[in-house]
Amino acid sequence: MVLEFRDDDVAISVKNLTKAFDNHIILSGLNFDIPKNKITTILGFSGAGKSTLLKHLLGLLRPTSGTVHVLGKNIFEFGPMELREFRRNFGMLFQYAALFDSFTAFENVAFPLREFTDFDEAQITKTVSELLKATGIKDEAFHRLPGQLSGGMRKRVGLARALALGPRIMLYDEPTTGLDPITTKMVNDLIVSTAKYHRERGLTSLIISHDVKASLAISDFVAFLDRGRIVEFLPAKEFIRSTNPLVQEFINL
Amino acid sequence: MLARIDWYSKHYVAVFGAILIYFLRELGKFTSFMGRFFYWVIRPPFRWNLFFEQFYFIGNKSLMIICLAGAFTGMVMAYQVYFGFKMINVDSLVGPVVTIALAKELGPVLTGLIVAGRAGAAMAAQIGTMKVTEQVDALEVMGVDSYQYLAVPRILAATISVPMLNMIFLLVGNGGSWFVGTKALMIDEALYLSKLSQFVYMEDLLQGMIKSIVFGFVVATIGTYFGFEVSKGAEGVGKGTNQAVVWGMMIVLILDYFLTSFLIRLL
Repeated sequence: MVLEFRDDDVAISVKNLTKAFDNHIILSGLNFDIPKNKITTILGFSGAGKSTLLKHLLGLLRPTSGTVHVLGKNIFEFGPMELREFRRNFGMLFQYAALFDSFTAFENVAFPLREFTDFDEAQITKTVSELLKATGIKDEAFHRLPGQLSGGMRKRVGLARALALGPRIMLYDEPTTGLDPITTKMVNDLIVSTAKYHRERGLTSLIISHDVKASLAISDFVAFLDRGRIVEFLPAKEFIRSTNPLVQEFINL
Repeated sequence: MLARIDWYSKHYVAVFGAILIYFLRELGKFTSFMGRFFYWVIRPPFRWNLFFEQFYFIGNKSLMIICLAGAFTGMVMAYQVYFGFKMINVDSLVGPVVTIALAKELGPVLTGLIVAGRAGAAMAAQIGTMKVTEQVDALEVMGVDSYQYLAVPRILAATISVPMLNMIFLLVGNGGSWFVGTKALMIDEALYLSKLSQFVYMEDLLQGMIKSIVFGFVVATIGTYFGFEVSKGAEGVGKGTNQAVVWGMMIVLILDYFLTSFLIRLL
């Protein structure tokens, strides 16, 4: 079962999205909507097409057929420059944070501000300090290189960088993969608090994950992707009671 | 093994086709890469900080090795030329012969090879590592063109710094040749210098400079291209770095022949 939402409540709308690489179908006619101002998680086994889907939502890959409307606009109709501009509506926390190696934590968060705003150094320092503190990074870690930070701290810095330009959609790619249980909880709490804190100005969160427990705990909606198809899309509370055998198999693994 | 050879002999059309398709696909990717470079090189934002960072890395950090290579190349050339020329009693021409060889061939080629081994490899490794750790994706998601941010400053910096390194190579190489010629081989110093001014022309220097500009551009383009082509983790980074060095050096040597045959007619 796939939930449907009113057009006004939809942040991302995927219609008949198909992607094939050399006749190998990765995404097969996907149809689903991601609701605004909510946390939605897409679950799935490895190789189900989650990362490919994420790249389509960002316009990093073009589909074989189908459309993706983000905030009401078909992103595949944009030219390269328009798409680049439009991507600033997104913030993304990568699986391993993807911090720039040669930049300190502070410089990583300052990077998008230096690229896309007219802020002077004082404004950048203030904004970056606020963002880093809001994600739980202490002053003494501001000027450490990513290699000197723990996995959890790198995720926090990655989140601060993703939020720097005030995105309307936050994407999380496997945010808890490879983390210990305590750091996993910390990252999940951070996702929830970020969503709550920014909900007033409208922040939609989309998580790509295979962590069932965490997804059910923090999400408003959960979808299940299998072999390029969304086979289930339900409110988190109902997802666990899904009668779909694949979903039950995944939950009970 | 025999079965494989048998298969190839029976399916030579298929093998030829596969090689042709591979070649065309790679050529297409490289052309697209070059297209993005030329698209972005003339468009803002111009990243001067990154350009100077790379200029420092390629230029200043290669200085020591260029000086060493230049000095010893000049010295050894002086020895070799001297003992050859001595037999026909024209040992006073050691200076101009070594200078012309350094200016036209050895300077640009050795500088190109050194930069390919040092900076070309580093470019492929840096960009490749950024690619496999999703840093390149992070740039794209933020709306920063990764080619403009990573490739353009490197290619421009190499195109400008390699001819400068070549000039230094030439200067130091000549110093080495002068030192060996006049101090060790006892060629008269005034004669050595007068023959230099008599037989070395600006065209000789210009030919080497044009070559080194081309080599700088090519080595950096190959280094960054293979960096962007990296996939499959640490193994991919190693492979990309290796390919950048091998292809960079090969292309320098191959291009040298074609540039020489072209420039000899032109200048």
